[in-house]
Amino acid sequence: MVHWSAEEKQLISSIWGKVNVEECGAEALARLLIVYPWTQRFFSNFGNLSSPTAIIGNPKVRAHGKKVLTSFGEAVKNLDNIKGTYSKLSELHCEKLHVDPENFRLLGDILVIVLASHFGRDFTPACQFAWQKLVGVVAHALARRYH
Amino acid sequence: MLTAEDKKLVQQVWEKVSGHQDDVGAETLERMFAAYPSTKTYFPHFDLHHGSDQIRGHGKKVVAALGTAVKNLDNMSQALSELSNLHAYNLRVDPVNFKLLAQCLQVVLAVHLGKDYTPQIHSAVDKFMSAVASVLAEKYR
Repeated sequence: MVHWSAEEKQLISSIWGKVNVEECGAEALARLLIVYPWTQRFFSNFGNLSSPTAIIGNPKVRAHGKKVLTSFGEAVKNLDNIKGTYSKLSELHCEKLHVDPENFRLLGDILVIVLASHFGRDFTPACQFAWQKLVGVVAHALARRYH
Repeated sequence: MLTAEDKKLVQQVWEKVSGHQDDVGAETLERMFAAYPSTKTYFPHFDLHHGSDQIRGHGKKVVAALGTAVKNLDNMSQALSELSNLHAYNLRVDPVNFKLLAQCLQVVLAVHLGKDYTPQIHSAVDKFMSAVASVLAEKYR
């Protein structure tokens, strides 16, 4: 079980409380597809991903981004049992979706950058520490059931 | 590979932070030490407290070097040759740390530029830092 200090928990939930999940989710996923174009391999049925503008405006990207970040919220709500929270999702990503876990790390880092751009100075170094730790734990949990 | 557009965007971003480069350097290092404590192992001789002169000084050096890279996007290998030697034979920083520094630099740029840190700029800077890391690790073995 991962240990979270009271401060880390507070830093995570105070940021999360102000996050627009739909906007942030869409932005994070769009950036993943733009900054690391090879990740588009998982989304061949998403339609037009031919340019950053197309990706940003793509309704499937927006919807999926919202879905992904909403799921991320489960981790925030269950910091003390992230492993358990993502057990089934981990199996799904391995057995059905065939996603290389490296992608979870890439998306996690991008999420941190998106939060930084939204929160500016409020995204302090201490905040970044807590969030880098969280995205790392989530990535690890999602990869845990791979075989 | 950095496209012509990427190069333009990187130069633009560098322009935008040219006024407060030193702050960017110091903040990047502070965030790196805070978010990735293992990076501190390369600085046992430093005072790592917030606002330390050593962090400021070193941040300045790092940003200046990146500035050199920005001015020599077409021949980074040559321009950073000395630094490349230094990292390979002297400092021997494990290359995994270049990614950690890059992540923190991007966070600092995002904090400062907010919405102006567009996905396109994000992409160009990510590629740029990747290229710098490659050059620095070039002579490792």
